[in-house]
Amino acid sequence: MVELFIARYVYLMIVVLLIIGLYGMLGKRNLLKKLIGMNIFQTAIFLFFIEGATKAGGSVPVIDQQLGMAAAQYVNPLPHVLILTGIVVGLALTGVALAFILVIYRAYNTLDDKAIMKEMSK
Amino acid sequence: MSSLSILILAPLLLASFLATLVGIWRLTWAYIITIIGIALSLAAASAGLFRVLQEGTLRHYLGGWPPPFGIEYVLDHLSAFMAIIIVFIGFVIVIYPPGAGLYHVPRKGVPMYGLVLLLISGLIGVVVTGDLFNLFVFLEIYSLASYALITLGGNRAVVASFRYLVLGTIAGGFYLLGIGFIYFSTGTLNMADAAQLLPALYSSPTVVAAAALIVIGMGIKLALFPLHVWLPDAHSYAPPVIAAILAAVQIEVAGYVIVRMMLTVFRPEYFIEILPITSAIGWVAAAGIIFGSLMAIAQKDFKRMLAYSTVAQVAYVGLGIGLANPLGLIGGLLHILNHAFMKSCLFLIAGGIRFQTGLHEVSQFAGLGRKMPLMMTAFTVAALSMVGIPPTCGFFSKWYLILGSVEAGNWVFVAVILTSSLLTAVYFFRILEKLFAAPPNDDEAVTKATEPSPKIVVPILVLAIGILVLGLINALIVTRVLWPVVALLPTG
Amino acid sequence: METYYSLKPLLAVLVSLLAVVLIVIPNQRPNVRESWTIMAAVAKFTIVLSMLPSVLQGQYPEITLFAISPGISLALKVDSLGIIFGLSASLLWVLASFFSIGYVRGVPEHKQTRYFASFAICLSATMGIAFAANLLTLVVFYEILTIATYPLVIHKETGAAIAAGRRYLVYLLTGGVALLLALALTYQISDSVDFRAGGILPAGIGKSSLILLFILFLTSFGVKSAIMPMHSWLPAAMAAPTPVSALLHAVAVVKAGVFGFARIIGFIIGPGLLQKSGMGDFLAALTAITIIVASLVALRQDNLKMRLAYSTVSHLSYIVLGLALFSPSAWIGGLLHIVNHAMTKITLFFCAGAIYVRTHCQNVSEMNGIGRQMPITMSAFTLASLGLAGIPPINGFISKWYLVQGTLDVGQTIYAATFLISGLLNAGYLMSIVCRAFFRGSDKFVKYGEVSPSMLIPLVLTAMFSLLLGLFPDQFPFLFQLAARVASNVLGGGGP
Repeated sequence: MVELFIARYVYLMIVVLLIIGLYGMLGKRNLLKKLIGMNIFQTAIFLFFIEGATKAGGSVPVIDQQLGMAAAQYVNPLPHVLILTGIVVGLALTGVALAFILVIYRAYNTLDDKAIMKEMSK
Repeated sequence: MSSLSILILAPLLLASFLATLVGIWRLTWAYIITIIGIALSLAAASAGLFRVLQEGTLRHYLGGWPPPFGIEYVLDHLSAFMAIIIVFIGFVIVIYPPGAGLYHVPRKGVPMYGLVLLLISGLIGVVVTGDLFNLFVFLEIYSLASYALITLGGNRAVVASFRYLVLGTIAGGFYLLGIGFIYFSTGTLNMADAAQLLPALYSSPTVVAAAALIVIGMGIKLALFPLHVWLPDAHSYAPPVIAAILAAVQIEVAGYVIVRMMLTVFRPEYFIEILPITSAIGWVAAAGIIFGSLMAIAQKDFKRMLAYSTVAQVAYVGLGIGLANPLGLIGGLLHILNHAFMKSCLFLIAGGIRFQTGLHEVSQFAGLGRKMPLMMTAFTVAALSMVGIPPTCGFFSKWYLILGSVEAGNWVFVAVILTSSLLTAVYFFRILEKLFAAPPNDDEAVTKATEPSPKIVVPILVLAIGILVLGLINALIVTRVLWPVVALLPTG
Repeated sequence: METYYSLKPLLAVLVSLLAVVLIVIPNQRPNVRESWTIMAAVAKFTIVLSMLPSVLQGQYPEITLFAISPGISLALKVDSLGIIFGLSASLLWVLASFFSIGYVRGVPEHKQTRYFASFAICLSATMGIAFAANLLTLVVFYEILTIATYPLVIHKETGAAIAAGRRYLVYLLTGGVALLLALALTYQISDSVDFRAGGILPAGIGKSSLILLFILFLTSFGVKSAIMPMHSWLPAAMAAPTPVSALLHAVAVVKAGVFGFARIIGFIIGPGLLQKSGMGDFLAALTAITIIVASLVALRQDNLKMRLAYSTVSHLSYIVLGLALFSPSAWIGGLLHIVNHAMTKITLFFCAGAIYVRTHCQNVSEMNGIGRQMPITMSAFTLASLGLAGIPPINGFISKWYLVQGTLDVGQTIYAATFLISGLLNAGYLMSIVCRAFFRGSDKFVKYGEVSPSMLIPLVLTAMFSLLLGLFPDQFPFLFQLAARVASNVLGGGGP
């Protein structure tokens, strides 16, 4: 059991990060904290992809004369590429969310979810 | 090989950039570019549907790279069906004048055109792509465009949109995690390729988790009860023209993703027998139908009522998926089309009423029927279709769903569909009664109300006539377009 | 029995829809608008009448439009049963149109355009129901009829009218929902929804699904034909203007429910299965109770239209009871009663409308002596009352004769007694009005005379028709011939 945890400890950390992120998004009242939670959540997913791509002893995915053409010698490059796109998407989301937070703060003078709800229902 | 699929997408993306840039300088030009772009796309989508009906599935390899290495765009019966709905509704939405659609801030027409085009291109991308990760990218493109579009409705809309953004990101994240699991088990992101490799791995917990994560993520996007919490605020605070396109096509695309996963990526049996996914969706949807209808009855604000009605109506799509037999899924898919027409028509009417009179609460509508006869006739048609009165199209999606439920022997679903018809009748006839029979109050907004300009009325009438025509030609759509889609499903 | 392709059934349905388009043209003079109604009504009746000879020869006009669901077409076929209903409804629309014009101007009513447009849609839907070749087509028109009647029920827009409208919708939409499910079940069980004399359900159908199906059909058509305990919308709907009550709530709408029963009993489930499952007896008992109870309630109504409404409830059950007895005579009696009751009841409603326009009296207790002021109206009323009570030589007697004979054929004397007792009650609640009108004096009505000719002529004509149908049944042999053919087809189990 312990070995299993040690062998998969990165995944475990990813799960912890995911849960922290979800808690931040759903549990926190401050909108900015929600946004931070969102970033943690996304980062955890990115880490998951990167971790999936690694291989013990794998090299940078640029063809090397010494290592030859054997795919097993290189880490998988595809997830990295995907995650580059993923990061761009995440950045865009964060940017849009920050813009929203600015507008909300100007309109309601608070970032507290409950207080905003109260303002809105007026 | 055919590049028609890319031809639906390209004019939209191009026009979206151009319209935004030109719009800063001249709004009229942005409008013209938008119309041209979406008209080209509509032509391509119609040609695509026609060729799919003639020749079967059309494939396009992006950049000439064959799958599984390159990204593949696939136009089959299901995606051609979805594409034409999306582009057509988009076309009607952009014809509708932004002044009436946004009613507060005139200059916001500029970002609106670019973003609406971006939204539509994202939706088209989702339905034509044959690549799992590409689908995620388009998912986020259309989500970002919708977050921004919702905020055009003012400060409350920004708050609603922020909430939607948070939940939408969770949904996108779940989907991304799901395809990560698929990728690490199969090594491919191409849907057709994954479909070949997955059956051997069906018992693997990774694949189970992948299916579950994708379905939950899409359940949030589809606003399936109880994951609907973001929808009522977002759709009722958004400007009506935006709410129209969000309710009519944007959320239904998530339903498309679930159907695509069930039919193409996984085998239907996997979702039906090995994992109880379809039955879970079905029961959740059944609860959502009743919940949404009851909440709609409790609303005073017209748009909010429509938003809750959307919660109930998209659950019909979920119910069709849940039934997982050909007739049931036909009912669900047909309801995507029908609901697109009905709900966009209703939201545009809400916009017209608000623009013309400033009224938004149902109780204030007394006597409007005499003042705006054309628009209210369209409302009557759309409302009757929502209730499911033949020969409007709303009747026929219910008819196939009931046939599917009877075939599945699921009497609870039958009861749910029939009950919800009656509940829908409650909240729509309440409005009809107000519009046509209640004594008009002395409110100046009502006594001075007139029929809005043809620019507003024409798109509404087009949709209302569409509701009647779709009802009459539904058998054609079902036999030609939808049967090939559901042919894979087990019968009986 | 053969069918041939003909556009006429479609035209019969569409002609009044065309009239709707012409009626709603804004800013036209009322006379022009009303002329569209009259023209459409006459055209419709002519079209239906022109199909009668070929139907009598066993040649059924048929038109299949297009598929509205895979395997099911929107199709119209004029058979013997359909033309009985179509003919009586379209003839009475002509008369009711003239009456309406006099009525809405006499009262005067508001929003007349909506009134005439809804009326025309209702008639289109009624023709569609009469000529539907399969159950799905029937359901489509049935629901259109339900919705198009709603604006007429709430026409007065008073609190009572709106409340009546709500009740109407609750009952009728619930019935519609049950009908939809019944339709789906029928399609699932027999893979077809086409009408065929003798029924289409497979003989081996399970008893529980048969009972479920029957209960669903009973709730759907039972609502429209106001079988107790599903009747309460009908008296409430009397809040509508009188011509609406006359044509729709005595003829078209409620008869659509009865007609639905004829289609279900004879052409979908089939008499054999119904008899075997015991559901026929159940339906017969239910309708017999309705006949008696509704007649008793009618006795206690002071409002004239309410009294007529309960009388309608009772007479609709006459027809359904006749259909549920599975004897040829009872079927003939039931089908003839569709026509005969329509003639007499519309006369009574026309009279009630005429009285209302002239005196604004709605209650029986205020009508002392009115017969002296409006002698023609009240004579027509008397004639129709005698007809409904089943007194020879008026038409009601003939259908009642066959109905009673039918009960005796199958040895159900209790139902024979039901008809006879109800006849007495009929006489009680209708003749008491006649007595008041003619034999009690009152100084209240000295200043009134007869109504305008556009109202008087239709009610005289319908009264005359009632008398002629009763006096010279041999002059209208086609009705009997049609009814007899339907009965033999359905109960003999042969032929389309």
